[in-house]
This record gives sequence, structure tokens and C-alpha cells, in this order.
Amino acid sequence: MAEHSEEHIVSPGLYAVVLGALLIGTFITVQAAKVDLGRWNIVLALAIAVTKMTLVILFFMHGKYSSRRTKLVIVAGFFWLAIMLGLTLQDYSTRHAEPSRTHLDGSPSSLVVRS
Amino acid sequence: MHRTGELYGQFQTLEQQKETASLGMWVFLVTEILFFGGLFLAYTINRHAYPTAFGISGNMLSLPLGFGNTIVLIASSFTMAMSVWSAQTSRRKAVPIWLIATLVLGSTFLGIKVVEYKQKFDHHIVPGQNFDVTYCSRNQIACGLSDKDFADEQKEVKEGIEAEAEEAKKRGAANPEEVGAAALNAHAQLYFSLYFGMTGLHALHMIIGAGLLLWLIFEGFKGRFDANYNTPVENIGLYWHFVDIVWIFLFPLLYLINRHLA
Repeated sequence: MAEHSEEHIVSPGLYAVVLGALLIGTFITVQAAKVDLGRWNIVLALAIAVTKMTLVILFFMHGKYSSRRTKLVIVAGFFWLAIMLGLTLQDYSTRHAEPSRTHLDGSPSSLVVRS
Repeated sequence: MHRTGELYGQFQTLEQQKETASLGMWVFLVTEILFFGGLFLAYTINRHAYPTAFGISGNMLSLPLGFGNTIVLIASSFTMAMSVWSAQTSRRKAVPIWLIATLVLGSTFLGIKVVEYKQKFDHHIVPGQNFDVTYCSRNQIACGLSDKDFADEQKEVKEGIEAEAEEAKKRGAANPEEVGAAALNAHAQLYFSLYFGMTGLHALHMIIGAGLLLWLIFEGFKGRFDANYNTPVENIGLYWHFVDIVWIFLFPLLYLINRHLA
């Protein structure tokens, strides 16, 4: 049990810097959304959101100063999330020939049309 | 009750005891990540399946209100962090002050959310019997639109119906022109079901957080939290920041993705 260190106290100055960065990030994401970047709009929006999340976890939530055990739990959470998102999306993205799909307008399923 | 930071029998040091509490909170937050993750997943799949309707629907949300709420919530995370700092440095009187600031900001967020929800009812875009995504393209005054916004709204809805008809045609529908409007309405309803589901669940977390803050403020005024004992402030702080993170993703995904087409 010798692994954990003394409690680290984050200074108000650093909190203020993080607050500033989060506000700037919010401003940038709104401005960027108004510019047509094609498919990169969503990529940029998510990149900014992930950056903001990382700042919140590392500093507001003291992730940077937590024990290795706690860090492992945090990373594991996102790992499981990645499994859920990744495997489900690869399923949906490869379902073009799914026979049971029915459409709102009663049109035939894609399998019937294409085969 | 142990409330003053004394050491429980099963721990060797206070440090270990604190770390255990924090670890347990994180394990709970991991379940929350997966809980919200399922909704984000449902949103992603449906957005991908019905990009036209989701784009139009997203642009019907109020950008100023969403943007303002994001600022308010980020500020509340800062004040929450400051209350944790005040406790850690034994500034007993400052703890409840920062907590009150957090509660005020959190309540402001919920108040703005109420205004937004009311607007959705007025615009007939709450899922249910009266759902009509074309309502604001036919009722300029009821939706409070300027001439330009009204014209944009009409153009967007018209193009949306055409795009949906095109989709129906590709799928081999017999009467694509007739189903365009119905398809747009149905798919937009899906968007708003997810919108209310996700922001509603987020708001529920805020309401629970506000209740927890009230308790912390009450205890904080008694001077309970200091360098020796601040686990409740720290852990409720973790919860509050997590709720902030959820919004950091909800805001761009729900409000912003198709703004460049508006």
C-alpha cells in the first residue's frame, strides 16, 4: 500500500487557466460549426469535445494526481465504452444485406432490391 | 457516524481511506459513462441513418440558449472545483459559498433548459400526437421568426422533404413524392425523442446534483469540511464534473453538427 502519494492540491490559478481553456474551446467549437468543412465538421467538433473532457478529467477531477489504481479504472471505463461503440457500429455499418429491414413507406428491403 | 475524518478499522492510513472513497466514486462514474454511452450510440446510428432529418432538427434548437448553457455549466464546474480546494485548504467558511455559487449556476442551467423545452412545445416538435416538423415553416408569428429566418425555415423544410423523397425513391418506393413529408416528420420525431431522452436524463442528473449540493451547503455551514475530512465534497465534485462532461458532448452533437448548412 506504499504506492499512493500525498494528496495533491490543485491551485486556484490552474483551475482558472482550465476554465479559460474550456471557455475558449466552447467559443471555437461554435464558430467552427458555422463554417462548411464537409465531413470534418463532426471530426473537429468531437476533437474539441474530447480535449475539453480531458482537461476536466485531468485537472477538475484530479485525474492527473490520482493513484495508478484510480487511473486504471478511468482508462478501463473508456475502454469498455470503446468496445460498445466500436463493435456495435461495425455491426451496423456492415448490415446492407440485412433481409428483415422494412421501410416506413413499405418499400421492399434492400436485399430484395439488390439481389 | 464517522464524519470527522477519523480512520475506519479496515484502513491503514487516512490516505488509503480517501483513495478508496475516490476509487469507488470513479467505479460508479464508469457505469455512468456506459449508461450515457448507450444513448450516444443510439444517436450516432440514427443520425447516420437519417442525416437529412437529423440535420434539420438539430438546426431547430436555439444556438444562443445552448451556447449560454454550456458557458454556465463550465463555470459551475469551476466553482465546484474551488469548493473542493477550499475544503482541502481548510477554508471552512469559503466551502459553502463556492457550493452556493455552483448551485446557482446549476439552477440557471435548468431554468434555461425549461425555456428551451417550452419553446419545443410551442414549435410542435415534442414527440407525440401533435408533432409536426413543418409547423414553423407555416406559422411565422407563432414561432417568432423574422422574415429571413422564416424564408430559411421554409427552404430547409422543402429541401428536406425532397431529400427524403429521393431516399425513398432509391429504396424503390412506389410513390416517393407522397412519402417525403411523412418520412421527414417520422425521422425528425426520432431526433427529438433522442434529444428529450438525452437532455432529460442529463437534466435529471443535474437535479440530483442540486439536491446533493443542498446537503453539502447545509453541512458546509456547520464547518464540517476541512483538510482532514472532505470526501463528500470531493466525490460530489467528481459527479458534478462528470455531468459537465456529458453536456460537453451533448452540446456539439445535438446543436452544432449541421449549423454550417443553416
